[in-house]
Amino acid sequence: MPANSFNGQTDYGIGIGLRVPHYAHILEKKPVVDWFEIISENFMVDGGRPLEVLDEIMEQYRVVQHGVSMYFGSADKPDRAHLKKLKALVKRTKTPWLSDHLCWGSVDGTYTHDLLPMPYTFASAKRTAEKIRQIRDFLEIPICVENVSSYAEFHVSEMTEWEFLTEVVERADCGILLDVNNIYVSAKNHDFNPYDYINGVPHHRVGQMHVAGHTKFEKYILDTHDHPVLDPVWKLYAHATKLCGVTATLLEWDDKIPSFDEVHNEALKANEFIDGAKAAKTVKAKAKSPEATRA
Amino acid sequence: MKKPAKPRRAIPQPKIVAPVGLKPPPAHPPRRLATTDDLVKLQRLMTNILVRPLTKTDGLQPTWIDGRPMTEVAEEFIKPNDRLSAFERLQLYNRMYWFRLIDIMHDDNPGLRAVVGDKKFTRLIEAYLAKYPSRSFTLRNLCSRLAQFIREEPRWTAPHTSLAQAVARFEWAQTLAFDEAKLPVLTADDIGKTSPERLRLRLQPYLSLLTFDYPVDTYVVAVKQRNALRTEASNAVDSARDAVRQKHVTRPRRERVYVGVHRLDNRLYYKRLERPAFLILQALAEGQPLAEAITAGGRRVKAAQVGSWFSIWMELGWLCLKK
Repeated sequence: MPANSFNGQTDYGIGIGLRVPHYAHILEKKPVVDWFEIISENFMVDGGRPLEVLDEIMEQYRVVQHGVSMYFGSADKPDRAHLKKLKALVKRTKTPWLSDHLCWGSVDGTYTHDLLPMPYTFASAKRTAEKIRQIRDFLEIPICVENVSSYAEFHVSEMTEWEFLTEVVERADCGILLDVNNIYVSAKNHDFNPYDYINGVPHHRVGQMHVAGHTKFEKYILDTHDHPVLDPVWKLYAHATKLCGVTATLLEWDDKIPSFDEVHNEALKANEFIDGAKAAKTVKAKAKSPEATRA
Repeated sequence: MKKPAKPRRAIPQPKIVAPVGLKPPPAHPPRRLATTDDLVKLQRLMTNILVRPLTKTDGLQPTWIDGRPMTEVAEEFIKPNDRLSAFERLQLYNRMYWFRLIDIMHDDNPGLRAVVGDKKFTRLIEAYLAKYPSRSFTLRNLCSRLAQFIREEPRWTAPHTSLAQAVARFEWAQTLAFDEAKLPVLTADDIGKTSPERLRLRLQPYLSLLTFDYPVDTYVVAVKQRNALRTEASNAVDSARDAVRQKHVTRPRRERVYVGVHRLDNRLYYKRLERPAFLILQALAEGQPLAEAITAGGRRVKAAQVGSWFSIWMELGWLCLKK
């Protein structure tokens, strides 16, 4: 959905992640980019160069915050100090929505700094949804939760990943950041059909999408974010766009980062699929119209 | 006649220790997950496994803390598929944990790496994180207890423990200087409003005052310059690159130095301080009133000298009002 309550009723186009190797290029050349996604944790500091760069970027561009350490699925209670820092950043950036992952990564205050897969159970969905609600109430901002790529599944799981995602977002009444690359990676690692996943989630809750590159190994696929987006992921993206509508889309490129232009051009490829989805919708609408029926 | 080879000092392997702050895992994973307590147990078990050091061949440890084979433990809670066993799936996460954190600490500590060498550095980091896994949501704080660990367990850095600890403190101070808060700086008006006997100052949070038994600042600068040269040479022909790689920065000799690690216009700087100046700043940081802090510099310090130090510190924005 282009604008909905989960992305703050915004209609953002194609963005890219703000990364250190591109700072100089962006600040000097001021390229036209619809928006930048920032990793919240990189700017949850009290001063110095990170905040100076952020302020300069915000003079020219719209930014959206994306987190990697809120761990909605960790059994631990939300950390107040963490939330306070995050809220201060939310106020600074005026991000229209905030995203983080549907995963866990800490226990007893010890952090793995990884996005670990959830056990897909009703109890953990309930706990996770409660936590998302608490965090949203504190931050006073719409939240989208992102599906992660995974390499392991638990015996205790009671449902599929997309059923779990649906259970969580319906209970929490929050949005989805649909990462189509992660769906593809997990589909290959766990032998499910990625189209079943995309068909199975509540499309009206999708507030943002991610695309990225991955790396194939003999027995599994890793979500490496160090390549251009591969064709099967673009096809999934096209399918998701048909179902969810044209949605704020972001390309993630976090390792072996090439030039700014290369990353941006890769992201702009999404336009082809967006145009395709729009054209398909127009044809469908014409076919359904009374004039078309009469003809 | 060929010289007999020196016996090589073996690099100790990290022992498997109970991580500080992490509660012990349950004997077995929950059979079903009905409550938040069950979720805690599952997450505690998996975290305890992930933070265990890898084997010499970068694999998951084959034996669990209760003596059972890890394959058996993994099979209890992780599903296998037709390509990977439960053990192999868990091993992927165990490897990613260690590879990621070692990479980050490698980048954050070029000086410490140069002191102990790359192989020993990796062992040191494994031992450090095995004892002190991260307790912060941000990777920025990963090295916060490294200097303390080096002091507690000198065997990882022997025979250069003293230098290694100094460099670790210096490199952590750079992290603080990079992004700690900047408070409103002290103005001449502020000084005029309160008598020196009552005026209490504080230092900027991004400023660290450090004393070392080695000229750590010049050493780390030399290491960084060498590394920058390596990067510059990365497109050169192989022979030139090898020549650069072999260039060694000699470890410094003992010398007492006083250093302020700070930032100015959001760039990192190191400033050597004279001992009396350092003592005055330290007294201010401890909360002593201005007049008393100045006496910490000693009787030999002349008023003009103190005045010139204060004008430099105020220009650098180091001083703030203590409220």
